[in-house]
Amino acid sequence: MKKEINFVLNKKGVNITTDPLRRLLDILREDLGLKGVKEGCGEGECGSCAVIINNRIVNSCIVAVGTVEGAEIITIEGYRKTKQYKLLEDSFAEAGAVQCGFCTPGIIIAAETLLRINPEPNENAIRDAISGNLCRCTGYNMIVEGIKIASQKGKGLW
Amino acid sequence: MVSAYRPENLKEALLRRKEFRVIPFAGGTDLMVKGRRWSGLAPHFELPVLFIGHLGELKNVELEQNCLRIGSCCTLSYLLENENMPQAIKIALWMFASPAIRNIGTIGGNICNASPAGDTLPVLYAVNASVVLKNTNGIREVPIEQFIKGVGKTVLQDDELLKEIIIPIKSFDTIYYRKVGTRKANALSKISFLGLAKIKNGLIEDIRISFGAVAPTVVRSMEIEDRLKGKTKKYIKQIIPEICSQYSTLIKPIDDQRSNAYYRKIVSLRLLKHFLTKDIL
Ligand SMILES: Cc1cc2nc3c(=O)[nH]c(=O)nc-3n(C[C@H](O)[C@H](O)[C@H](O)COP(=O)(O)OP(=O)(O)OC[C@H]3O[C@@H](n4cnc5c(N)ncnc54)[C@H](O)[C@@H]3O)c2cc1C
Ligand code: FES
Ligand code: FES
Repeated sequence: MKKEINFVLNKKGVNITTDPLRRLLDILREDLGLKGVKEGCGEGECGSCAVIINNRIVNSCIVAVGTVEGAEIITIEGYRKTKQYKLLEDSFAEAGAVQCGFCTPGIIIAAETLLRINPEPNENAIRDAISGNLCRCTGYNMIVEGIKIASQKGKGLW
Repeated sequence: MVSAYRPENLKEALLRRKEFRVIPFAGGTDLMVKGRRWSGLAPHFELPVLFIGHLGELKNVELEQNCLRIGSCCTLSYLLENENMPQAIKIALWMFASPAIRNIGTIGGNICNASPAGDTLPVLYAVNASVVLKNTNGIREVPIEQFIKGVGKTVLQDDELLKEIIIPIKSFDTIYYRKVGTRKANALSKISFLGLAKIKNGLIEDIRISFGAVAPTVVRSMEIEDRLKGKTKKYIKQIIPEICSQYSTLIKPIDDQRSNAYYRKIVSLRLLKHFLTKDIL
């Protein structure tokens, strides 16, 4: 049975009427057209569907939309408009941290949620922050490097 | 059919529990994977779910004089960041899943799921945790090892919810925890081992040993622990083969897709030996 659900998505209020058990991932991609949120494993293991919910990273494939009532959600589409994103984009390019790009939206979300609470992370903290994100291409070292560069260049930004 | 209820508060949640058969749904990290269908489709459950993850009454940590009370719907991240959390619990949480899972997965969900690989269980057994179950009539307190009956089985009744977890406060000098998994993050345990010890005047004042994922429920033996108490470190070292063979009869691992029984048994006994030889202060 459908229910009305309200939340804030990329700073704009959303009101939808749907089955509260549907996956947030499907709502974002299919109903709202936000295709930057990717589906890899569909069971919480790869991080390609990661979004920010109430300031924390969450995998949208294992979130039932009925649980995000009143929540504040940011996807890569909303985050793209920030200065922080621009810096991460440049740093990832510099480090060669993007190859096929499928994991990248999730990894950028992981980087942002790390830098927000820890603007100068050491290597271990970076690896822990991206530990839930799988990348089939880069071997991770370039991603770690990209986040390090962003942290160095972004003094005061986070 | 209604697929999900979203109660305003605990009282309403318990009323729903009493009136209808529903599946409590906290973080949903176990349930969403279990009920999973094709992508694009909502997961399927036999009964409607009852969302409880948002209920403020289940999300507090309270420090009392002799114990810590942890609300069942506290997320694992919240507990990891909580200053009152005992170190032994933090160490287990640190190795749990990944930040994204810890941000919504709850301690109550891990307990009620009653998986042999549930990573909060070995430490909860070791610290003598108990759980508080609530229905519309009142509450009952049950020690964790009596709450969990087998793989996926607990004594939770259809009208109850797990309200909170009670942990007696006690400090240990040695905490030795090992989780063996295929990948560092997001991998369920093949084996986990926890050893806690407190030494006073060269004697073992307190010792707690638990094994995860090597039997249907966590393995902990108060009898064996009692025999080690009051002894010197040197004495313990001499009787290690005996201790290992006693635990060996309790460890009954299985073969599954994550590992096999042989590996589980050998490695868990080696971790025990390591704890007894190297790690006790
Ligand atoms: C990618 C991934 C990695 C994981 N890694 C680990 C890991 O490393 N270690 C580990 O132990 N687990 C792991 N898990 C499993 C899961 O995340 C944990 O068991 C988590 O703690 C479950 O909590 P939840 O709130 O999400 O549970 P839910 O899915 O909401 O519920 C789980 C069960 O508990 C019941 N329940 C929940 N709360 C209550 C309550 N208050 N009262 C009564 N019943 C209740 C539900 O009805 C259900 O049967 C992983 C899962 C995923 C998807
Ligand atoms: S698609 Fe969500 S974690 Fe893999
Ligand atoms: S760049 Fe291809 S998966 Fe990461």
